[in-house]
Amino acid sequence: MTDRRREARRSGRRLNQGRAPIALLAPSLLGLAFLTLPVLGLLVRTPWRELTAELSGTDTWTALRLSLECATAATGVSIVLGVPLAWLLARTEMPGRGIARALVAVPLVLPPVVGGMALLLVFGRSGILGEYLDRWFGVTLPFTTAGVIMAESFVALPFLVISVEAALHGLDPALEEAAATSGAGRWQTFRWITLPNLLPAIAAGAVLSWARALGEFGATITFAGDFPGTTQTMPLAVYLAFQTDPQSAIVLSLVLLAVSVTLLALLRDRLFTRV
Amino acid sequence: MPTVNRSSLRRPAAALAVLALAGAALAGCSSSSSASASATGSASGSSQALSGTITVFAAASLQKTFTELANTFEKEHPGTTVKFSFGGSDTLAAQITQGAPADVFASANQSTMQTVEKAGDTTGDPTVFVKNTLEIAVAPGNPKDIKTLSDLTKSGTKVALCAKTVPCGSAAVKALAAAKVSLTPVTYETDVTSALTKVELGEVDAALVYHSDIVGADGKVDGVVFSTASSAVNSYPIDVLKGSTNATLAQAFVAYILSSSSEQVLLKAGFQAP
Repeated sequence: MTDRRREARRSGRRLNQGRAPIALLAPSLLGLAFLTLPVLGLLVRTPWRELTAELSGTDTWTALRLSLECATAATGVSIVLGVPLAWLLARTEMPGRGIARALVAVPLVLPPVVGGMALLLVFGRSGILGEYLDRWFGVTLPFTTAGVIMAESFVALPFLVISVEAALHGLDPALEEAAATSGAGRWQTFRWITLPNLLPAIAAGAVLSWARALGEFGATITFAGDFPGTTQTMPLAVYLAFQTDPQSAIVLSLVLLAVSVTLLALLRDRLFTRV
Repeated sequence: MPTVNRSSLRRPAAALAVLALAGAALAGCSSSSSASASATGSASGSSQALSGTITVFAAASLQKTFTELANTFEKEHPGTTVKFSFGGSDTLAAQITQGAPADVFASANQSTMQTVEKAGDTTGDPTVFVKNTLEIAVAPGNPKDIKTLSDLTKSGTKVALCAKTVPCGSAAVKALAAAKVSLTPVTYETDVTSALTKVELGEVDAALVYHSDIVGADGKVDGVVFSTASSAVNSYPIDVLKGSTNATLAQAFVAYILSSSSEQVLLKAGFQAP
């Protein structure tokens, strides 16, 4: 594996000789600047001197903790539901599989606000299912932390499913066939052969899901509302702070940026060397 | 989300402005609508040479009446287009001070307007054109039998308030303090219309909104008047903004909002005379 990669890299170096053509260089640098300038702007405008004072506000840490907890919980939900779903899409002849696959991708293209509204219409207190949840179990989801996790899971789950499903398609079928011919049932094959091989894909999908959940705004504010400590996550706090106190909004954004960059740095190898 | 006129997209500058606006409104709290009734082939016989387009940033609570008034204004002045961005006054104020291309700002209280004034973005003295009083919005028929502010604190009663940074929220804080009621809502909404929507959808039992919102809801919610409402009356100021690219039209529109015929429309919609 490493040998092959090294080989690829060596041949790549041979390919990469010569100067980059201007037709590729100019737009690529523009693209790079476009992506980095806003982040730089954030750093330039950060009130570094008042940073500690701004950060000492308990609201910041409450929002950050809630954000981290909810994103992690949503990632957990995504793994528990997403891995089996990916397996179903990749390994069975279920009728309507193509439609199911398309439906899984819908939250990716749906504006999050629309997702939040749809969640409200179904799971809200007078929603299609929510009405019965409330009447029978006394459970209402909007305006609760559970609601935030639901909203985040809704947008994060597709990332995990797509990542794991792609890995399932790429898995050498001989492995699973060998297990099956040795008398293993489908569950045993999945548990002892498929799942261990899927771990890298699950990890990659989980990172994407977690990052998506951490940044979730539209579905959260629509479905779960906004209350400090229960539903006010970092993106909501940033948005609200920006209305009245742009400086503290910048500081909050910086915290969120630091968390994301740390995550990216930790997972750099996984995300950027896999091609 | 802002709706975009097809004609405005053809002009790159306008398209950029719209893009900037869309970016500012990315969070999706403010809703925009363009009341474009730009009459085609109309005989413009009026002496005034009003033409072009203005963008009015107005408090969410003004959405219904301002859209209606702008339609009349556009009919009276063929060739003019009034576009709107409605949202929480604080959001709009932040967008204006960050350079959003707006010609007129109508805020739901004076302190938000002062923010814009302090930033040097207004042209003159903002004029108060209406007042608005808070009321408790409840489901039709008032199933929870809410009569006073303290009824809102009963366990199992879910209440939506506006965020304290929005005019309806700061008014709610005042009204609750005057009534000596300490209330924990389930959510702080970013503008008054989203608080009202939560009542309409049945997600909360009550919300503190303006009387005009309840009038405008056309029976989808009922209003409960409470005693300390008078201690939290909001005054709505309006002014032409410094960044206006069509100050003549912007001034004409502000004058039109301040006219007695507009006042009639506003009073009918549940606002009070200033």
